[in-house]
Amino acid sequence: MDFNTTNDFVSGFWSLYVIVITLVSVIGCGVFLLVQDKAATNAGNTTGHVWDETLEEYNNPLPNWWRWMFYITVVFALIYLAVYPGLGSFNGSFGWNARNQYDAEMKKANDQYAPIFDKFLKMDVKAVAANPEAKEIGQRLFLTYCTQCHGSDAKGGKGFPNLADNDWLFGGTPDKIKESITKGRDAVMPAKGTKPDLTADEIKDLANYVRSLSGLSADAARVEKGKALFPLACAACHGPEGKGLVGVAPNLSDKTWLYGSAEEEIIKGVTHGRVNRMPAWGDFLGDAKIHLLTAYVWGLGGGQDEPAAAAAPAAPAADAAPAAPAAAEKK
Amino acid sequence: MQSQATYNYKVVRQFAVMTVIWGIVGMLVGVLIASQLVWPQLNIVEFLSYGRLRPLHTNAVIFAFGGCALFATSYYSVQRTGHTPLFAPGLAAFTFWGWQLIIVLAALSLPLGFTTGKEYAELEWPIDILITLVWVAYAIVFFGTIAIRKTKHIYVSNWFFGGMILAVALLHLVNSAEIPVMAAGILTPKSYSAYAGVQDAMVQWWYGHNAVGFFLTAGFLGMMYYFVPKQAGRPVYSYRLSVVHFWALIFTYMWAGPHHLHYTALPDWTQSLGMIFSLILLAPSWGGMINGIMTLSGAWHKLRDDPVLKFMITALSFYGMSTFEGPMMSIKTVNALSHYTDWTVGHVHSGALGWVAMISIGSIYYILPRVFGRTDMYSTPLITAHFWIATLGTVLYIASMWISGVMQGLMWRATNVDGTLTYTFAEAVKASYPFWTIRVVGGAMFLVGMLLMAYNMFKTIGQGKAVDAPVLQPAAAH
Repeated sequence: MDFNTTNDFVSGFWSLYVIVITLVSVIGCGVFLLVQDKAATNAGNTTGHVWDETLEEYNNPLPNWWRWMFYITVVFALIYLAVYPGLGSFNGSFGWNARNQYDAEMKKANDQYAPIFDKFLKMDVKAVAANPEAKEIGQRLFLTYCTQCHGSDAKGGKGFPNLADNDWLFGGTPDKIKESITKGRDAVMPAKGTKPDLTADEIKDLANYVRSLSGLSADAARVEKGKALFPLACAACHGPEGKGLVGVAPNLSDKTWLYGSAEEEIIKGVTHGRVNRMPAWGDFLGDAKIHLLTAYVWGLGGGQDEPAAAAAPAAPAADAAPAAPAAAEKK
Repeated sequence: MQSQATYNYKVVRQFAVMTVIWGIVGMLVGVLIASQLVWPQLNIVEFLSYGRLRPLHTNAVIFAFGGCALFATSYYSVQRTGHTPLFAPGLAAFTFWGWQLIIVLAALSLPLGFTTGKEYAELEWPIDILITLVWVAYAIVFFGTIAIRKTKHIYVSNWFFGGMILAVALLHLVNSAEIPVMAAGILTPKSYSAYAGVQDAMVQWWYGHNAVGFFLTAGFLGMMYYFVPKQAGRPVYSYRLSVVHFWALIFTYMWAGPHHLHYTALPDWTQSLGMIFSLILLAPSWGGMINGIMTLSGAWHKLRDDPVLKFMITALSFYGMSTFEGPMMSIKTVNALSHYTDWTVGHVHSGALGWVAMISIGSIYYILPRVFGRTDMYSTPLITAHFWIATLGTVLYIASMWISGVMQGLMWRATNVDGTLTYTFAEAVKASYPFWTIRVVGGAMFLVGMLLMAYNMFKTIGQGKAVDAPVLQPAAAH
């Protein structure tokens, strides 16, 4: 849609209506002042009316400087309406509008700054990550666009993944990081997993079992019962051993917890499910800035190498290392 | 006519006392939310969190404190300038109890999270209906009293009060048009605005700016036109000026709302109209200031030892300052820097503390001894102390917000050589902390002043007794 040619008015009538009512109002202010100014005054004397024993009014004329200030603002308004949009669909003699101004400023900024970013586009992500200038720019971009969720230290918070460790929900290779930033990510954990008839008691059993997977304290009896339920309710996504799968479901057997490892948090997650979203930045930031951000995030410490073989999407969590890629969280 | 009829002071007394009480409540909430910005750990439970309390603060100071002040002063002055008791005293009593009920319902529903989300019109639909009923009753009492007046001419203060009553009725009905979700019930109400998108925003700020223009300006100018000449013992400076600035003010204010939506999805032409009429508004606004301040010519010496007059003249000075600042901030290039910053907050409080609160405080100090059978307040030195504490508090508040506002605006637009932002948002927040702390101090001082006023008021009431003055004969025909 070409917003520059979109008219605010559905018909010429409404434009004319605005023009007439505006001009009558602005000029009317001036005429009103003119007429009132001609009315008889009698400086230093009252109007002769008295209210409540003592209330009177002097019949002084309008202060000269005030009168002229009023006239000047009326004249200014008329001049402004001649040069800027205001009178209906008349664009004003400058042809200015907010969208043109935005486009012009964006173009100017683009002409000036694009080369600074573009020069890194030809470089490999790992080389960009090692370049001090690129790192500085990447950090500035990160602080502007990413810190609101991931924190200025990139360590995230409850519901917001830590980007500075080597634990990745959707993959820590340059390609996967770039994909996450460009297209965003949606993550949904269904309530009660694949077993919609889970009772509150069974959920508590599962929570204890899940805690036991990563060596956290748990009620032994409940762990046993939870273990029996796990294949029915959770294993489809989290795997038979709860180790998860990058891009599908987090590893439940490591030390990373996106929403916390407390029993009540796990119960909450299983009971109500979890929905989370990383917004897509592709259109807004463009390739060059995303390239710099990818390198910055990759270089925070947890960046992984592309698999030696042809990029097989989402290698199973198990083969990535004991520390495990998939991770974080959730229940 | 020389009957023993008396003015209806009962409702004036009730509203005057509640002005002070609600002033303390509203400003206490203000100090609390200002403190929550400095010490976020003060957000203890959701009912007392910043998001719930901020609308409670604005509603309490505007509609509870300011509203009670308007009722008290308009009821007092309309009977005295009309030389007749209030029309429909039963309805007048209804406006008092109805308005108090609305305030209590606001104080309960807002912390509980019931809100329409429309700024300064957050109250849900059952309360909106109650507001409409009370406001119609107010209009009947006020205009009824005008109708049965014993004077030929209508005194200028009544033009402004009357304009305020009519305009606020219009604003409330149009902006609060909403579709209730009946399934939610009346006790846990929920509604959706009748407007959507940018139209909703425009209606909201047409309302929002005129709430400032009529509720907080025209109404308080009405207050000024009665109490300043009364306290100064001097005639109003210029009848002609009052005519010109009254009509120009009420006409022009109606156009100014779009300046709240500069550089948004609002069409360019609408933004331009909002800006030019905001600039035209400068002279009509200053007309009121000139008429108030020049009323003192020949009586300037009274300022030396009359703290009530000090309140009134300082109020007019702040009024002049903020009505100059407003048109300047409506200029798009200035607005590009000031919008969304603390500068706006400072501007609002220059009007709210400096103008609205100070003219109300002065007027209530004028009314209290007269309706409680005394010649003066219990303690004049306490009024003087109140004046200096309130003035200093206001200056601290405004100056700190100016500095933090301009600083925020400049930090947000600063860029590095590669075009990236120099400061993250959180850095601008961090830099604001010292000024937010000063703001807490300024606001707390203003609150302390109100506590002095309450003490003075209760002492005055304790030593006096409720008295209704006899209705006066109008001055001889002229």
